[in-house]
Amino acid sequence: MKKSFTKLALAGLMASTMIGGAAAEDTIKVGILHSLSGTMAISETTLKDAMLMLIEEQNKKGGLLGKKLEAVVVDPASDWPLFAEKARELIEVNGVDAVFGCWTSVSRKSVLPVFEELNSLLFYPVQYEGEESQRNVFYTGAAPNQQAIPAVDYLMNEEGVERWVLAGTDYVYPRTTNKILEAYLKSKGVAEEDIMINYTPFGHSDWQTIVSDIKTFGSAGKKTAVVSTINGDANVPFYKELANAGIKAEDIPVVAFSVGEEELAGLDTEPLVGHLAAWNYFQSADTDINAEFIDAWHAYIGDEERVTNDPMEAHFIGFNMWVEAVEKAGTTDPDAVIDSIVGVTVPNLTGGYSAMMPNHHITKPVLIGEIQDDGQFETVWETSGLVVGDAWSDYLEGSKDLISDWRAPMSCGSFNTATGECTGSGS
Amino acid sequence: MSFLKSLFLILGLIFGIFVSPAVAQSEPETLRPLINELAKGKYAETEQQIGALAATGDPAVAPALKALSEGDLFFRKSDGVVFIAEKQGNSYNLKDPLTLEAAGEAGRREVKKIKVNNKLRRVIRSALGSLTLMASDPNVRRLAAVAIFKAKDPEGIEALDVALAAEEDEGVRRVMEQARAAAVLNSDLDETQKLDAVATLSDMGNRDALSLLLSVRASSEGVVRSAASEAITKIEKSIATWDAAQNIWYGVSLGSVLLLAAIGLAITFGVMGVINMAHGEMVMIGAYTTFVVQDVIRTSMPGLFEYSLFIALPLAFLVAGLIGIAIERGVIRWLYGRPLETLLATWGISLILQQAVRSIFGPTNREVGNPDWMSGAFELGQMTITYNRMWIIVFALLVFAGLMLVLKKTPFGLYTRAVTQNRRMAASMGIRTPWIDALTFGLGSGIAGIAGVALSQIDNVSPNLGQGYIIDSFMVVVFGGVGNLWGTLVGAMTLGVVNKFLEPYAGAVLGKIFVLVFIILFIQKRPRGLFALKGRAVEA
Repeated sequence: MKKSFTKLALAGLMASTMIGGAAAEDTIKVGILHSLSGTMAISETTLKDAMLMLIEEQNKKGGLLGKKLEAVVVDPASDWPLFAEKARELIEVNGVDAVFGCWTSVSRKSVLPVFEELNSLLFYPVQYEGEESQRNVFYTGAAPNQQAIPAVDYLMNEEGVERWVLAGTDYVYPRTTNKILEAYLKSKGVAEEDIMINYTPFGHSDWQTIVSDIKTFGSAGKKTAVVSTINGDANVPFYKELANAGIKAEDIPVVAFSVGEEELAGLDTEPLVGHLAAWNYFQSADTDINAEFIDAWHAYIGDEERVTNDPMEAHFIGFNMWVEAVEKAGTTDPDAVIDSIVGVTVPNLTGGYSAMMPNHHITKPVLIGEIQDDGQFETVWETSGLVVGDAWSDYLEGSKDLISDWRAPMSCGSFNTATGECTGSGS
Repeated sequence: MSFLKSLFLILGLIFGIFVSPAVAQSEPETLRPLINELAKGKYAETEQQIGALAATGDPAVAPALKALSEGDLFFRKSDGVVFIAEKQGNSYNLKDPLTLEAAGEAGRREVKKIKVNNKLRRVIRSALGSLTLMASDPNVRRLAAVAIFKAKDPEGIEALDVALAAEEDEGVRRVMEQARAAAVLNSDLDETQKLDAVATLSDMGNRDALSLLLSVRASSEGVVRSAASEAITKIEKSIATWDAAQNIWYGVSLGSVLLLAAIGLAITFGVMGVINMAHGEMVMIGAYTTFVVQDVIRTSMPGLFEYSLFIALPLAFLVAGLIGIAIERGVIRWLYGRPLETLLATWGISLILQQAVRSIFGPTNREVGNPDWMSGAFELGQMTITYNRMWIIVFALLVFAGLMLVLKKTPFGLYTRAVTQNRRMAASMGIRTPWIDALTFGLGSGIAGIAGVALSQIDNVSPNLGQGYIIDSFMVVVFGGVGNLWGTLVGAMTLGVVNKFLEPYAGAVLGKIFVLVFIILFIQKRPRGLFALKGRAVEA
């Protein structure tokens, strides 16, 4: 089955190079827009495989609206402008009905105008900084209030942290998240001098100075924690340096928003036990549906060692939501799906249900996990219920009055409740 | 049953209160119910249960607590009995938590791990501290004292006094006194005691002491407060001096990484004049060679793991060197004297190599382990020196010295220098210049390969590894002076130290920009870099 499917994917690839698709009538096409080469390939290749698996499983169940699904895979090669070109190619040339893709915020921003212009659908599976709500985009990853804020609350209440290091890679997601966190911490009475903000370039590999700064900052007689929005590749040298410098989770815990099972795969986690991550899913989630998902993933990829992670779950939820919305609408027409998908509820992998909200964000549980010596996370805390993704942060000056609701009659991504006006489309 | 257990629990608590912590010795059978109790409840209950175990003051519970904090303590789902479990394939080997005797096996689904979090680990650490203060191994006693120091638990004072009276090892004694001081400052003892404690911490003089004193200053009044302030000023002064030293060390360490990355390029670009954009990929190939070596060792002869890097070194040199020679013979030799085409061709090769590695090993990071002698850190005064950084500095200097030796003292080095200085004359003297070109390129690539072995210890082993270093390498070579190895050494160290002195003030991002601006200005002044080659060869 797997082989024949690879062929299918290959066929999709070939079709993407031809002009128009010959087999357009009897299949429903799904676009996959993830980098398969370049810097982001490390994270995005897995998502491409996860999507192919989900589509294969749906076809086993009989497809959608009586037709088979067909994946069209393109490679935007971690090149942000190329994302827009490839998105256009998927929609115009291949005629896909929905696209699942993007990882970095800059790639998402680059494709937004394309999806708006051509009126198609994008499912975006990664946690992001919020401050956006677009009619054609469905955000299945976490908004800051579904990841960052609960994590900080956990550290404040359970660990008694009083001093904060906000460390991140220098780009839009960490900067916006840290701005929200800083405002949030100050609203909780944390003094200016108890917050240290630090940015590093992409792929930073020499962490000696920063780790020693953290150590110094942490020796002021107050419990200190690090909130890390350090991105992808830079994490391994960061954690190696932490471990070697002897910073134990019991003394200065690090809570990360971009480190999942996949990122830990390149690390010996023995010295990192107890450092934290906040996500909406961990592979260790002890539910039947998760066990099934992991087994299916291992069988599909042919490697028992491969891990599952949060963005994969986001694709799982997003794909099932799309399938259900299409069935509900009886068509793949984007306008009909946009109307029918709001309120669609599908099971997530942690044993609950996630629903698509009118602001195109979804409801999720928030989990705090500690790194274990086998490279997995163990959930040590979770929100008692589901948290609704908030497109516009309540802690930022410009956005606290904004709400988003794509249902008629409002149909607005950024409605200002103070002035009663819709301020643009919301991206 | 559960009534009996709670009775035991209460008994244990009472027992613990009345018996002095240092001397208690109880039968395993009275402890066992207390330990089995750990299988129940959530974090809050577990915390109380740990407290009850610690209160017995019996060192026999130490292994169980230690296993708990390391996540090795499990309970059997069928009867709730607690074991220390070790994973063996798909099942667990069970050990009795008190006697440490083997207790059979259990399947993955039969046992369940007792969960701990950071808070519990802290509680366990301090509990273990008071339990193991009298251990026979001085190292264990020292760790116990350090644990009490970190916990600052006033209840540890009594145990520390007993231990101090019996302690003979001078070093351990000092740590115990410091731990006692920390505990005293956190207690409600009188001022004279506290003043003594402040004096002890003031002598200790490191960041831990500073951290404690700062919290003392914030919370106390009168003489204790002023004594603490004085001690803080004193410690801060000494730390400032050490900080400068630490910065130089970081700079040298960064410099050594730059040197390692650039030294191979100093040969291919510096000596041969080939703009080799695939240089970074040679480093990456070296790192992947290390991964393969470790992988083989892990599966077939785990005993050799500590030596894996030594095995990887020659292999990485060979693999990267051979690929280098292949590139030279296959592509570059057709392009000598055409820098733009070389640049494009090697850029293409670098993409091919990256994608090849991505297809073979997958896009995700690969785990390259640090041998024990490469892990951890030691304290030098108030400086923390990590072993991996230290060995990389040593290694970089050794590679540099070795390369100098090859170029200056061997016939091959002589030929290389002759060919680069005057190709036609060297050819007339009977040197086969094409082969020297290939071998020199191979040497440069091989050196990049062994740099990869070292860099695999501090960085990601991913297909993108090389890209992070290529710009820095060119920067070092151009700054140091093309064609001069000494220039590369001095250039790498200067850039490293300058970068590290800028970083605390300007931040990592701005620091990097400043360094680039500095190099641009410098190149304006001295277009040939720090150490310019002189003579006719240069003009040609």
